[in-house]
Amino acid sequence: MEMNRRQFFRVSAAGLAGSSLAALGYSPTEALAETRNFKLARATETRNTCPYCSVGCGVIMYSLGDKAKNVTTNIVHIEGDPDHPVNRGTLCPKGAGLLDFVHSSNRLKYPEVREPGSKEWKRISWDEAFDRVAKLMKADRDANFIATNSNGQTVNRWLSTGMLCASASSNESGYITHKTMRSMGMLVFDNQARV
Amino acid sequence: MTNHWVDIKNADIVLIMGGNAAEAHPCGFKWVIEAKQHNKARLVVVDPRFTRSAAMADYYAPIRAGSDIAFLGGVINYLLGNDKIQHEYVKNYTNAPFIVGEAYSFADGVFSGYDDAKRSYSAASWGYELDEKGFAKVDPAMQHPRCVLQVMKKHFERYTPDMVSRITGTPKDRFLKVCEYIASTAVPNRAMTIMYALGWTQHSVGSEMIRTAAIMQLLLGNIGIAGGGMNALRGHSNIQGLTDLGLLSTSLPGYLSLARDGEQDLETYYKPRALKPLRPNQMSYWQNYPKFFVSLQKAWWGDAATAENSWAYNYLPKWDRSYDVLAAFELMSQGKLNGYICQGFNPVGSFPNKKKIITGLSKLKFLVVIDPLNTETSEFWKNFGEYNDVKSEEIQTTVFRLPSTCFAEEDGSLTNSGRWLQWHWKGAPPPGEALGDAEIIAGIFTRIRAAYAKDGGAFPDPIVKLTWAYKVPTNPSADELAMEANGRVLVDVFAPPDPKDPKAPPKPLLKGGEQIAGFGQLRDDGTTTSGCWIYSGMWTQAGNQMARRDNSDPWGIGQTLNWAWSWPANRRILYNAASSAPNGKPWDPRRKLVQWGGKAWGGADVPDIRPDANPDDPDRVQPFIMTAEGVARLFAPTGMAEGPLPEHYEPFETPLENNPMHPNNPKAKSNPAARVFKGDMEAFGSPKDFPYVATSYRLTEHFHYWTKNVLTSAIIQPEQFVEISESLAGAKGIKDGDMVKVSSNRGYIKAVAVVTKRMTQLDVDGKKVETVGLPNHWGFVGVAKPGYLVNTLTPFVGDANTQTPEYKSFIVNIERA
Repeated sequence: MEMNRRQFFRVSAAGLAGSSLAALGYSPTEALAETRNFKLARATETRNTCPYCSVGCGVIMYSLGDKAKNVTTNIVHIEGDPDHPVNRGTLCPKGAGLLDFVHSSNRLKYPEVREPGSKEWKRISWDEAFDRVAKLMKADRDANFIATNSNGQTVNRWLSTGMLCASASSNESGYITHKTMRSMGMLVFDNQARV
Repeated sequence: MTNHWVDIKNADIVLIMGGNAAEAHPCGFKWVIEAKQHNKARLVVVDPRFTRSAAMADYYAPIRAGSDIAFLGGVINYLLGNDKIQHEYVKNYTNAPFIVGEAYSFADGVFSGYDDAKRSYSAASWGYELDEKGFAKVDPAMQHPRCVLQVMKKHFERYTPDMVSRITGTPKDRFLKVCEYIASTAVPNRAMTIMYALGWTQHSVGSEMIRTAAIMQLLLGNIGIAGGGMNALRGHSNIQGLTDLGLLSTSLPGYLSLARDGEQDLETYYKPRALKPLRPNQMSYWQNYPKFFVSLQKAWWGDAATAENSWAYNYLPKWDRSYDVLAAFELMSQGKLNGYICQGFNPVGSFPNKKKIITGLSKLKFLVVIDPLNTETSEFWKNFGEYNDVKSEEIQTTVFRLPSTCFAEEDGSLTNSGRWLQWHWKGAPPPGEALGDAEIIAGIFTRIRAAYAKDGGAFPDPIVKLTWAYKVPTNPSADELAMEANGRVLVDVFAPPDPKDPKAPPKPLLKGGEQIAGFGQLRDDGTTTSGCWIYSGMWTQAGNQMARRDNSDPWGIGQTLNWAWSWPANRRILYNAASSAPNGKPWDPRRKLVQWGGKAWGGADVPDIRPDANPDDPDRVQPFIMTAEGVARLFAPTGMAEGPLPEHYEPFETPLENNPMHPNNPKAKSNPAARVFKGDMEAFGSPKDFPYVATSYRLTEHFHYWTKNVLTSAIIQPEQFVEISESLAGAKGIKDGDMVKVSSNRGYIKAVAVVTKRMTQLDVDGKKVETVGLPNHWGFVGVAKPGYLVNTLTPFVGDANTQTPEYKSFIVNIERA
């Protein structure tokens, strides 16, 4: 039977290919060549924002995985969000390639450490990573914290450890980073806005 | 941006200068196309290269990289000289009529108040003449010789078309044609917007470049109107957010600032920040500073911040100087920094003078890298042959590499360049054991805190008393953090008594613990909290405003007020009361934005003025509510490191022997107020060895150093190249496609040469000046072939106000490799 693309999409979603409707001669003309349902029909749509430039294009991420326990959701497609008033469904070449960022072979997966003088990485646990970093930071702060300057004025600053913060991290992550680092007296503290 | 992306469609003239929107913000640039197609707009591009934006332009003019102040100063001179200014706007909405004090002077490139030894100015001599009440004196006729308009005319008359052409290399006829386009918007029914980016910020005089353009826009009446504005196109998806949240050396959230050493008590601290109005009846909104500061302190230290301890004033560090990134790496290279955390930032790729960066990192005791992708910085200690020639065994830095989530794997908000906070949702878990940034920061912090609680140590109070009421202490959720940054009331809040029924019981506005609706509800008495006052309103009792998805545009000018949420208070165009004349009626009935309706301001935006401020009042409330003057500052008595007015200075690495504006004053050759570390001055090259101007930039297909980890991006723009003109190629025997070596006094890179008509030779100060173009996107880590880091070449000097490095105008040599 004749169908336009939208109707075919809905039919596929209902899983009619190969069903009794097909047997009765009501199958869509293209369905006989279709051996499986259109993948995006059973995907979950999640709204997100492109992480690259500051236009902040809306994107829709399509993921597979029915969210049952032990099912790992996997993003299989990313495209522009047609509802977004700025980009209205379009993306630039970078945004259009976002899937390859999410699934890049250079994604970091495990905490690692490179010991002094070494030529390689060593995998460690998060516990060890947090413990060691916290110990190093506290020891450095205790040894170098400046409560008063040479004029006897209260300054309460820590200058021997610094941080560079990520301009593509969320506001919420930026907020907690500022709150914690500043509470320790950190002044060597910047983000990409500086450059 | 003072305006926003969609509003660009309302422009009559779009000026792209100091930026390349078609290349770097392609989906935003589409609104320029809309303006051209539906509003008969014209696009004018001024750039050292014929860029992709230039390819879409109605008019293009070339310019020597780094000489924008001379160009824009020339436009201002043209506007003032030809009386092409929006007279009513300039008279009423700027400080053109204000009278500058007698102590102000400017001679041979230097303003009054300069300290040679410190390379800095005191602004004391730049102030207005004040009356007995402490208000600035004004001359509405603008004839007084020391009124701002007259001071400006005198200052800018030196930027004649001949002088402009001599400094910038722009042919005079091209410069004048650009002036005509710009001047056409001096009338109330034509609007120009300026789209600029790092082509203006990444210079030692970057802030002044932007300021010159802003002065120009104010003279034309283009600020606060639809289709107008100073539209800063930020670089990253949330650089606006991180700027707003104050993650900079001496900043606090919401553009508050940390105290200097000398500000030992609250009153001293407030004085230069809680600005009192300089004209009668003005809002001078920063005078509410104490409300924002106290609310922040209550958000961070809760009950530990009380009136008795000045709201935990001393829990915050004070500063004696800026510890920005250039200062940080200077300290590192001197062995004075022990530890460094690099979160989502790749300094080996992104900071100037790669050699100095590697040296610095090699002297650290520990480096912690938090990133979703591998970076050069995390592997700075590895030898990659010519691309990174280091000896691992000599580098004693302990390096931790911690995997984080990427955008797709978290909930949270990002603030785009138009100040819109947009919420996003998690679509999938991250790979392997990667964790969200908040969880990583919390993991480190809670352990440090536990150690201080258990073992004590240096001044533990601000750490152990930091508010931490998150449901999962090792993993604060995005919702909790957003609600905290918005702010809440700690006590029940009631509406003021109803004048029609004063005996009625007061109506409750908010119960204690509820989310505040906006920063107007903040108080300085400890009864309100807010982690970032300018974001107040993003998460109210009505819920997460950033997640709103109504894209309707009822007025047809792109004002989608119910899509997401913008700061401040969901205003989409800043200073929008300036879209109406002093009588409260729109300048342009065809482009109405916000106007006075008889009882209140209203229209197609949230009014950026007190809603009941009647424009017919004597001493009406003026639209520039954040300034002490109430009006915009053409002449800035405070705020800029270089002086109250812009002046052309040469980049620190220049092809010229001196500054053509001040050939006999070496102090005025380059920015007199810029900071240069010892050792970095020596690392500058001279035009004898490095005769060509260099500028660095992005390509559409890549995003900095991230996308060499992204297969699609690497495929469509695979190989590192540099761009040179046909004349430079001919002079050096370089053919299109040859491998070339580009060197500066700090190192070299190798790349393929692209010989193109899009680069031109310019006539500058009697010399033929060539430019080498350097796209940024290659390095020694990635999924495709390695390349050289362009920042091997760049100089270690920054803008005097921001310390943003001078990546966009320096000098190099080029030869066949």
